[in-house]
Amino acid sequence: MSSVSLESLDVSYGNVQIVRNLDLTIRDGEFLVLLGPSGCGKSTLLSAIGGLADVSGGRILFNDKDVTWTDPKDRGIGMVFQSYALYPTMSVERNLSFGLRIAGIDRAIIEKKVKWAAELLQIAHLLDRKPSALSGGQRQRVAIGRALVRDADIFLFDEPLSNLDAKLRAELRLEIKKLHKTLKSTMIYVTHDQIEALTLADRIAVMKDGIIQQLDTPLNVYNKPANEFVGSFLGSPAMNKVEGALVVDGDRLSFAAGDFRLDVSRYPFAETVESGRKVVLGLRPEHILPAGGSAAAVEGKVSLVEPMGSSILAWSVFDGVSLSHLVGQDDGCEADQAFAVTIDVQKASFFDVETGWRL
Amino acid sequence: MMRQAKPAVARRPLTYQEVWGRVGIYAFLGVVALFFLLPLYVMLVTSFKSMDEIRLGLIFSLPQQFTIDAWVKAWTSACTGLECTGLRVGFGNSVKILVPSVVVSILLGAVNGYALSFWKVKGANVLFACLLLGSFIPYQVFIYPLVRVYAQTGIYGSLPGIVLTHVIFGMPVMTLLFRNYYSGLPVELFKAARIDGAGFWKIFISIILPMSAPIAIVAVIMQVTAIWNDFLLGLVFAGRENLPMTVQLNNIVNTTTGERAYNVNMAATVLTSLVPLAVYLLSGRWFVRGIASGAVKG
Amino acid sequence: MGAEFIRHVKRNFVAYIALLPMAAVVIFAYLGTMAWSVRLSFSSSKLLPRNDFVGLNQYVTLFDTSRWLTSLGNLAVIAFFFLLICFVLGCLLAIFIDQNVRGESLFRTVFLYPYAMSFVVAGLIWQWILNPDLGIQATMRGFGFSGFVLDWVVNPRMVLYAVILATVWHGSGLVMALILAGLRGIDGEIWRATRIDGIPAWRVYVSIVLPMLRPMIITSLVLLSISIVKMYDVVVAMTNGGPGTASEVPAKFIMDNLFERANIGLATAASTVMLITVLMVMAPVIYSQYFRKGGRAA
Repeated sequence: MSSVSLESLDVSYGNVQIVRNLDLTIRDGEFLVLLGPSGCGKSTLLSAIGGLADVSGGRILFNDKDVTWTDPKDRGIGMVFQSYALYPTMSVERNLSFGLRIAGIDRAIIEKKVKWAAELLQIAHLLDRKPSALSGGQRQRVAIGRALVRDADIFLFDEPLSNLDAKLRAELRLEIKKLHKTLKSTMIYVTHDQIEALTLADRIAVMKDGIIQQLDTPLNVYNKPANEFVGSFLGSPAMNKVEGALVVDGDRLSFAAGDFRLDVSRYPFAETVESGRKVVLGLRPEHILPAGGSAAAVEGKVSLVEPMGSSILAWSVFDGVSLSHLVGQDDGCEADQAFAVTIDVQKASFFDVETGWRL
Repeated sequence: MMRQAKPAVARRPLTYQEVWGRVGIYAFLGVVALFFLLPLYVMLVTSFKSMDEIRLGLIFSLPQQFTIDAWVKAWTSACTGLECTGLRVGFGNSVKILVPSVVVSILLGAVNGYALSFWKVKGANVLFACLLLGSFIPYQVFIYPLVRVYAQTGIYGSLPGIVLTHVIFGMPVMTLLFRNYYSGLPVELFKAARIDGAGFWKIFISIILPMSAPIAIVAVIMQVTAIWNDFLLGLVFAGRENLPMTVQLNNIVNTTTGERAYNVNMAATVLTSLVPLAVYLLSGRWFVRGIASGAVKG
Repeated sequence: MGAEFIRHVKRNFVAYIALLPMAAVVIFAYLGTMAWSVRLSFSSSKLLPRNDFVGLNQYVTLFDTSRWLTSLGNLAVIAFFFLLICFVLGCLLAIFIDQNVRGESLFRTVFLYPYAMSFVVAGLIWQWILNPDLGIQATMRGFGFSGFVLDWVVNPRMVLYAVILATVWHGSGLVMALILAGLRGIDGEIWRATRIDGIPAWRVYVSIVLPMLRPMIITSLVLLSISIVKMYDVVVAMTNGGPGTASEVPAKFIMDNLFERANIGLATAASTVMLITVLMVMAPVIYSQYFRKGGRAA
């Protein structure tokens, strides 16, 4: 069991600095997800934690022990790679045991560990097969198994499910979650898939350009995104964004964009805001609901609808502002018809127009 | 979030094992490189010496008296059998043999590869397999019957004879190269052209050939090298007037009576190597591509 | 059946015509000559082919001819050392170059350029370097090592090693190029996994990388073996089979008997033996590679 601490970490690749001055503390037994688009530095960061990428500044501590320059094999970690990286000419059993044999561990102990890992991952019946004779999901389990037998304190996952099809991805996601529950080890998981992040993480670190934009629980990252980037990156269907300004409407503060008005008096601003402040309004489609006769309804005209199975994503124009919103199958929403919605401003997000940070 | 630039990278100091490891690697590579370069060096150095200097027996020393006499002699007056007109005759012969052989063998290889890749010809794959198998068999098995047939048809010891021979023995590799390359092209191109009504030759000339530049370059490099460096086939089939440079080189060096003119020999050797060396140095990566493609046989 | 076949041929007619040269070459130049050679081995042909039938007499004579047996023995020795050294040296060079060395391009160029040269050139240059009176032996003695001996080219017991030296110089670059290409194709994540597993670099090469390169390794060994069996140019240039028959090789034996010694029956018997040997090794390989998979599927 291990906690991980990154202090002022810089990681470069050649002359390009990927990670800048990064501070991050991961608690013992936590499942932390590094989430972000390609090129944001999450894989580089993971490699640095694993000792596979050289650090150009700062420190890495495992349980308060400085491991910045320790060899990967001595860090007590196990790693699962995106392309599995199984040794193709060796059987599954050998793949699992090879590292342990090199380390000179007693045969009987190796056998026990392999057996335990194989049973935990349900690959015991595959021990004699070569990787080429396995399916993608089976190969990934073997890759996880290889990390398991190392008795690692910290597990690193580098986009392990990206090469699998959607159904397998969902299956293995569940397996990994169960694994974490069973082993209670610290797990650091890199992905660009927000669903994986939201379902697996204890905390998510959303990254962009080598900098952590927000570090918080999945719920908070989703409901209270720290900036515009995080708000857009999480959530499917995507968050609506409207540029406008705050105005005083009688005795209330409102958001104005053209003719569109939204009363923001119930929104919990983190800092004092004044009239005239230019802001971006972020609204998730599921927080714009059919009015159903409510008094605070906003009227608009539906442009088109996208049926998505259980619900429908409708695109409508309200006082000149185009918004996507979710409606149920029985709410009578059709294209080119009028439709009324209510907007729950407490679930909205306001971002500064210049910096993008949450207000 | 402005930051000051960090000072230069704090690199982990290398362990002494790592340093010695690097030293060892470069040392090994360096020593072996010297071994490989030695013959080239000796060839050049010897060719610029006078015979007096050579008799001193210091094979590695640079020429004290730099002279190009040996080169002139090798090119214009060395004895290549009955005549003593130097290697320039051989050079011309090699070129005469090279150009038609390369052109014809590559064209045939391309057509064969194209037909094998895109068209269904019954028995073609069996023929191709036999062709490949034939390329592994030593020339000696084929030579005598070919000689007899050439003699009967009057092309023995003539330029067409040697060109035909090179085409025959180059066909397996050339066909393999083009076939493998064309197999990698999208078959949709071909299908679209057929739907448009184009026939065998139209598709080949308008669509396939223009896309063949990469493999054609590789093929040219391989054939030029193979044919220019050939000895046995030229010896048997070219005929006295068309002996290639390699055969003449061997005659100059190994069949002179009296004291050997080592400087002339070495100059002759370098002259014979100039063309393939130039091709090699200029072709860079393509040369290796050629080797790798040819190696896909096995 | 028949009608469908005719329709098929009509549709693909031009393709059949285009492949006629290949068919002609395979049937006449390869299969036909092979058959004729084998036929001649059962005759008593000397200078000219005879149509008689003497059973296995020529083969009996062949294996009673000490020169032939010597050539086989010599080839075995050469093959063993050549394959071993080329392979080990080529692999080592490839592995060392793969370690992120500076000047990689330069090293690769140096190690591969001999392969671009003719075998004749290789034989001649090493013949010169190993010349006892004026080559290395003389130089070393000039440095004061008066007892130094390096007379391989004239020493019957050591001459094979001279040939091996020349051929290793020529061919190691090929192995290096192929293995290096293979090394470059290894997924980088496997290397990262071995660092996590704590496997030392040499062990990674031995237990993981080289086994992954098995097809490439077999290919290079096959290519090398082919050039050994065909070995003629380098021997003729370097030692002409001498001293005596100490460096005689089968290809040269056959050529000598086909032309100078005018014993066609014996020569074709010998070439048939070579043919059978090569076929026994190669046929299964070719069959499994191409025949089974068929045209574009491969």
